[in-house]
Amino acid sequence: MNAISSLFRFKGGVKPDSHKDESAQTPIQRAPLPSQLIVPLRQSARAVARCVVEPGQTVLKGEVIAVPEGPLCTAVHAPSSGMVRAIEPQPIPHPSGLPAPSIVIEPDGNDRWIDLKRFDYQAATAQQTRDYLRDCGIVGLGGAGFPSHIKLGPGETGIRTLILNGAECEPWITCDDRLMRERADGVLAGANIMRHITGATRVLVGIEDNKPEAIAAMRAAAERLGNATISVIAVPTRYPAGGEKQLIRVLTGIEIPYGKLGTHFGVQCFNVGSAHAVFRAVEHGEPLVSRVMTLSGNMAKSGNFDVLIGTPVRELLPLAEPRSDTDRYLTGGPMMGVALQTLDTPVIKGTNCILAGSPTLFPPPPPEMPCIRCGACALACPAELQPFELYWFARAKIFGKTQEYSLFDCIECGCCAYVCPARIPLVDYFRFAKGEIWAREREKAAADVARQRYELRLAREEREKAEKAAKLAAKTAAGREKAAAALAEVEKPATTPEEDAKKALVAAALERARAQKEEAKPENTSDLTPEQQAEIAVIENRRAEIREMAKPHVRQDD
Amino acid sequence: MNNSPYTLKPASVQSVMLRVLCALIPGIAVYVWFFGAGILLQIALASATALAAEALILALRGKPLRQFLTDGSALVTAWLIALTFPSIAPWWMTVLGTLLAIVIAKQLYGGLGQNPFNPAMVAFALMIVAYPSLMSQWPAAGSTDFAAQWQAIFGVRQLDAIIMATPLDALRTVLRDPEQRAAIAGLLGSNATFGNIGGRGWEWVAAGYLAGGLWLIQQRIITWHMPVAFLATLFAIGGVFSLADATKFAPPLFHILTGGAMLGAFFILTDPVSGATTPRGKLIFAAGAAALTWIIRSFGAYPDGIAFAVLLMNIAAPLIDRYTQPAVFGHSNSDGDQR
Repeated sequence: MNAISSLFRFKGGVKPDSHKDESAQTPIQRAPLPSQLIVPLRQSARAVARCVVEPGQTVLKGEVIAVPEGPLCTAVHAPSSGMVRAIEPQPIPHPSGLPAPSIVIEPDGNDRWIDLKRFDYQAATAQQTRDYLRDCGIVGLGGAGFPSHIKLGPGETGIRTLILNGAECEPWITCDDRLMRERADGVLAGANIMRHITGATRVLVGIEDNKPEAIAAMRAAAERLGNATISVIAVPTRYPAGGEKQLIRVLTGIEIPYGKLGTHFGVQCFNVGSAHAVFRAVEHGEPLVSRVMTLSGNMAKSGNFDVLIGTPVRELLPLAEPRSDTDRYLTGGPMMGVALQTLDTPVIKGTNCILAGSPTLFPPPPPEMPCIRCGACALACPAELQPFELYWFARAKIFGKTQEYSLFDCIECGCCAYVCPARIPLVDYFRFAKGEIWAREREKAAADVARQRYELRLAREEREKAEKAAKLAAKTAAGREKAAAALAEVEKPATTPEEDAKKALVAAALERARAQKEEAKPENTSDLTPEQQAEIAVIENRRAEIREMAKPHVRQDD
Repeated sequence: MNNSPYTLKPASVQSVMLRVLCALIPGIAVYVWFFGAGILLQIALASATALAAEALILALRGKPLRQFLTDGSALVTAWLIALTFPSIAPWWMTVLGTLLAIVIAKQLYGGLGQNPFNPAMVAFALMIVAYPSLMSQWPAAGSTDFAAQWQAIFGVRQLDAIIMATPLDALRTVLRDPEQRAAIAGLLGSNATFGNIGGRGWEWVAAGYLAGGLWLIQQRIITWHMPVAFLATLFAIGGVFSLADATKFAPPLFHILTGGAMLGAFFILTDPVSGATTPRGKLIFAAGAAALTWIIRSFGAYPDGIAFAVLLMNIAAPLIDRYTQPAVFGHSNSDGDQR
């Protein structure tokens, strides 16, 4: 085992109660097939896959049901065999709770795979392997769901250090812990494949030291693999040690600022679950259709489950038996999780935990007090921000200042609000400020487009005016010549055949214009059925009546 | 329903303020031991006045009384006023000072968290300007007669028996008189005003504040920056000048153990609302306050300069914070700023 001489520290951080024991004691169980699977096509704000199946079509487990569109998109697969029931908007796990287009599959109960073929990554180029992973739908399983094939790209400088994130710093969540304990060989095999693709010279596995079993299992697996470039490192337990930037800092000393990617510094970080998914995809040909996730919190039988992507949360919950006083469900942990708007929400690739909350477990925060600038938030902030200054400006809606104080470096980890003695929901203020700034930037972009259009129109009108004037000038010059010619022939008959033809042309043009005008009637009142016309007449009558009734009142008001 | 984080560390403004009050107790205990229980009367007077004034203004402003009255901030201000005023000051001075602090310096600026100046120091500064002689009558060390102190506070004042110049006052008198300047060494060695090491007097009260202040650092209510920068700067400036001319300037140990230096270093400068908040800013803020304190003590018209020094630095605090913002994660390494 390679001894790493020393670890680095990240500033700030907090130590909430870990609550890991509730769910970490039992092995991963396979969740039963649900009655339906809801697979969203939307993967992120910038990536929506294109559906390639139709309602009524039967699909096998692992069959492609949507293909990637755009660089940040990955393929989507049927999580089980069955029939496509619908392609329709369904709720997705997002703070808004808004529905997004999804493919609804009714499993046939056989859970029959497509033909699975191992992918020979050693014979393939790195690009081919990355394309293969994209077509297997491999994304980060740590929560953000960023496509792995992008992160495995060489970037600007290439990747020298590959980091596996097994820190799992959020309280309650233990899916990575169990995965490392039970499937350590697969995780490291996946890491080895990723190392091969990127050409990294070392692999560092960072695990918080509150998971001794996982550390031992991973070390044993590393020894079995006999690969000296892989080191399993225990990092101090301190939230958010599992934040990508924090873990990179702890293991390598490199600080990646906002707006920069790991590849810029020759380092890239993957969740251990993603590494395992890469292993299953490459060595077994299995696309990403299931994941290990934690059910915990206010539940009688907390534990970890192997769950098909698309399983509605409602069908999962009975496995862990939520207690009767449960008043909410979160996806993710208590520090950064999002409350589910509806239990019909499906499990997606980034869902690592469903946490049941109760008024005793997560009591409503006490009333907000004024900020006393005590600086506890600044001491806790892992991004080394001054949250109380940001709060001050966000509250006053001085958004320019919030950006000056590096608002967008905020990772919304929640440490500041966790320690704030005035119980100010600081992260909410920062989300609000970010949202406002984004909205303003969109508005500004839209206004810029509108202004450009307006300027183009002005220029065009100017040009057309000039052209018209030029034409007119040419015409009058021609007209004068003609008039002179006409004077010379004044005794000739009033109408010439030439002039008759001209008149006919003018009449024809007028007729055409009239016809065009008739065609260009407003769209929504054309082609009305008699019923609709009758309805409109009724409405118009009613309006007229209302106007009549309103008249005396108006006069009284005057 | 709130958003993440859903779990919160048990913490409250009230607990912060209560711990500050607890940290004052060792200093108060020593105070009572050396100078009698009169200080307890002053603390009670100031506390009652502060709570009443706070309640009145909160009611006028339509703020929730229970939430803000129990936050403990008014009590911290009250205790600091009692501890910085002479313990035998007449009752109306403490009441008036507390009213000025709570009503004007705190609530009229917007209440908790909004005051640009340290309320207790506003009270002290206004009162010492208005009543310089009353604000300079301190009990003599060892005069712990509670009846006499009660009489001084609430009754007709017959003070000659119990008052005495504080070390700083004595120093000032000597400094004012060029012919007595040579006597500084003698003055500082005298048992009456400045106790010997192991003797009785203000340096032991200061030690009590020091103990409480160190506990506040251990509790992470305050950081080390302000006390260290303040005391170190005061010691350094005092040291340099007393080395240069010991007949004119008091020695450094005298400066940090006398007057409000220790109370100021741990309890007054560290008021987060009116002080600087960044690590470097705290160092600058406290060092500036120390320099001003030394200047006022050595050349000014008032015996102790901490109140004025703190108020002057309060004005500068936003500017100091503005220019001492620490580097954000990733922005300090040269790689990170490459564009």
